[in-house]
Amino acid sequence: MSIDILMPALSPTMEEGVLAKWHVAVGDTVKAGDVIAEIETDKATMEVEAVDEGVISALLVAAGTEGVKVNTVIAQLAGEGEGESGGEAAPPPTPAAPVLPPKGEDPKPINPPPLGEGDREAVEGGAPASDRIAASPLARRLARAAGLDLATISGSGPHGRIIKRDIDAQAGRRPVTAQAAPTQVSAPRQVQSLEEMGIAPGSYDVVPLDGMGKTIARRMTESFRDIPHFPLSIDLELDALLEARTRINAGLEASGVKVSVNDLIIRCAALALKRVPMANASYTPQGIAVHHHADIAVAVAIDGGLITPIIRAAETKGLAQIATEMKDLAARARARKLKPEEFQGGTFSISNLGMFGIKSFASIINEPQGAILSVGAGEKRAVVHGDSLAIATVMTVTMTCDHRVLNGTIGAQWLNEFKRLIEDPLMMLI
Amino acid sequence: MEFDLVIIGAGPGGYVAAIRASQLGMKVAIVEREALGGVCLNWGCIPTKALLKSGDLYETLSHLEDYGLSVTGRSYDFTKVIERSRGVSKQLSAGVAFLMKKHKITVIEGTAKLEKSTPAPKIVVALKAGGTCTIQAKSVILATGARARVIEAAGLLPDGERIWSYREAMVPKSAPKRLLVIGSGAIGIEFASFYRSLGSEVTVIEALDRILPVEDEEVSTAAKKAFERRGLAFRVGAKVVKLAKTAKGVVVDLEVGGKAERLEADIAIVAVGITGNVENLGLEALGVKVDRGHVVTNVHSATSVAGLYAIGDVAGPPWLAHKASHEGVHCVEHLAGQKPANLTAPIPGCTYANPQVASVGQTEAQAKAAGHEVRVGRFPFRVNGKAIAAGETEGFVKTVFDAKTGALLGAHLIGAEVTEMIQGFAIAMTLEATEAELMATVFPHPTLSEAMHESVLDAYGRALHL
Repeated sequence: MSIDILMPALSPTMEEGVLAKWHVAVGDTVKAGDVIAEIETDKATMEVEAVDEGVISALLVAAGTEGVKVNTVIAQLAGEGEGESGGEAAPPPTPAAPVLPPKGEDPKPINPPPLGEGDREAVEGGAPASDRIAASPLARRLARAAGLDLATISGSGPHGRIIKRDIDAQAGRRPVTAQAAPTQVSAPRQVQSLEEMGIAPGSYDVVPLDGMGKTIARRMTESFRDIPHFPLSIDLELDALLEARTRINAGLEASGVKVSVNDLIIRCAALALKRVPMANASYTPQGIAVHHHADIAVAVAIDGGLITPIIRAAETKGLAQIATEMKDLAARARARKLKPEEFQGGTFSISNLGMFGIKSFASIINEPQGAILSVGAGEKRAVVHGDSLAIATVMTVTMTCDHRVLNGTIGAQWLNEFKRLIEDPLMMLI
Repeated sequence: MEFDLVIIGAGPGGYVAAIRASQLGMKVAIVEREALGGVCLNWGCIPTKALLKSGDLYETLSHLEDYGLSVTGRSYDFTKVIERSRGVSKQLSAGVAFLMKKHKITVIEGTAKLEKSTPAPKIVVALKAGGTCTIQAKSVILATGARARVIEAAGLLPDGERIWSYREAMVPKSAPKRLLVIGSGAIGIEFASFYRSLGSEVTVIEALDRILPVEDEEVSTAAKKAFERRGLAFRVGAKVVKLAKTAKGVVVDLEVGGKAERLEADIAIVAVGITGNVENLGLEALGVKVDRGHVVTNVHSATSVAGLYAIGDVAGPPWLAHKASHEGVHCVEHLAGQKPANLTAPIPGCTYANPQVASVGQTEAQAKAAGHEVRVGRFPFRVNGKAIAAGETEGFVKTVFDAKTGALLGAHLIGAEVTEMIQGFAIAMTLEATEAELMATVFPHPTLSEAMHESVLDAYGRALHL
């Protein structure tokens, strides 16, 4: 019995990934838990583990192949038990949710179809992803038998329909090559080519988008286009915070932990979110989801992109813990070794461009979060205290809000609470 | 004169290509030396169908009692039978003229010859009305068709009197009493069937070991039996040593299984194949590649010379009108910069004898030779309700599937109306249906087509009425 190993969905948003590396070769024996491959997803490089025991009988997708759709068969495992291991052997390679028969329908088995059950499914059911692909019945059946994903094949039939000859051509080229797979990016929109827009051919180089780049393009477009957003800015005086930081770090010297301004901002933001819960919320069609914890996503620039590792329940964590976690997360983010749960599912984001001297900016909301805080540079500015001029270290922060979740008043409330914490760090103790 | 496209030959390949080109906005001219519609319409497909209809009706009269009917004084007027056939051709040729006019296609009556030029060879036409004209086009399509093959050494050379090609066989003054048909392909079999229906004593001579040799072997066997029941005689595996005229008729010396045999008759029809009309077109001077009487072309019908294309019979077998039309449309769409994607379509073939024979795709033997593990289904018309009701229970439907993939590889039919049914399988194959879709298709009851469904079911051991 041969078991299909499918391209896993390593995150809820993952539609395709790059099969970066194989850790096994045909003929290798693997057991459950063995790392068999590395996959570069939209956000990170992940290891794929074997779930079954057996001998690798085929590697169907070459290392380095881009745009491998989730649930594509990437390898096959010849079962060790050979045949009679019964029902609880390997799970069948059905990626889609099991379809339950409608209620009231006779549960006894239907008459067996003329060919193998699996073949029949390929014709009638098929993978959900393949349903909208124009392909002949024979092509579908052949693709399934060859372990080819129809989405990776371009059709030469009328209206681009995939026909037998396309499958034959593809099967002849196995393992699936990267260039044969036209990656179906859910593009932000139908764009004209640069040539159509008057840019001379050959006057530029194209840097290909990796999984992360494609995801950023898509999600940011959707967010900016679909969310009614507005920015709120406020100036914060940092001198008290900077002084507190010096003292904190002096106290922590023995432990080796060093708290950054950013760590303090995370802590203050978390506490402010706890005090203004409506700013820690997400829009859903059913209503506004007010989150129990402030899971703060912190934007980290990495080579070729951006990722937002999350400090979970930041309102419950002390500065030393936040600093330690952040250091670890940032390091692993740069190595693209974050696990999906470490960068997905935050409730509020912070993006800091202060180190580059940016005075203020308004970030794009990271769905489904209700707001994102953009942190500018702390700089000495002339300020008015009472009726006199003074010099203070001032930082401008801008909160971009989803108006479906929070209005200007709530945003202002949160910013004022945040300001109170930043400007008077003792308030963090309350 | 300048055109986007000039087509030489107004048969089913040429005139259809002209219409398609016009639809695509090209300025088109078509050169025809004889009659619009070509052999198909004037001397082939169409007029023979008219003859066969007369023959079938006449033959039906001989067994009307099967249906509880009777008629006395059964007879035919041969001249009128031929006249009707010519009338049908004339009507359709006029129809083509109308279509050319409607699509603003310039029809040039004359004989074309090609000369070197760019972007395509230039065409010098010796006009029927006298004089010449020279035309330059961006592209030229050769659609000059084909004619009966002759083998002079064996005397297989029509003389128009006692030795006929399809052309003379179409318009004789009377039906021969004793007829020899040399060659058992579709053309030979159709004439044999027609003249037999009018009462001629017909013997068909075939060099290969079975009649209709391009068909599936089971169909050949069944056809031979059915024809023999109608009184046709056959000599298969018979090599023609010499066909000669005698004072009153013809005599043919055969070699059958190493033994010499001599047959005599009044008339012989030579139907031993087709050869492309590649002569006197200036092809040699242009350097157009020609192989065994046919212009060599690529998948888009391009020849070895820039701007020159060739479609239909002149570009090689199968010599079928619908193949010519199909190639013509494909070629023109390709010229228009489209990406026609239909060249994988299988080409059905039909023989309009009594019973009819129709097929598409591979025979069982071809499928096996190509390495397929096959599943074969058969369903005879003798257990089909409609066939029994119509009193036409001869024949069967045979289907050949790839056992591994369920792909329909071929379908082979013999019986009444099967030429009208074969398109169902042609569609299925073009759409790359598998047995599952064919089984899931609802066939109307009662029809002969139910036998198609049953044949598919039978290939998978599921026939319902066997």
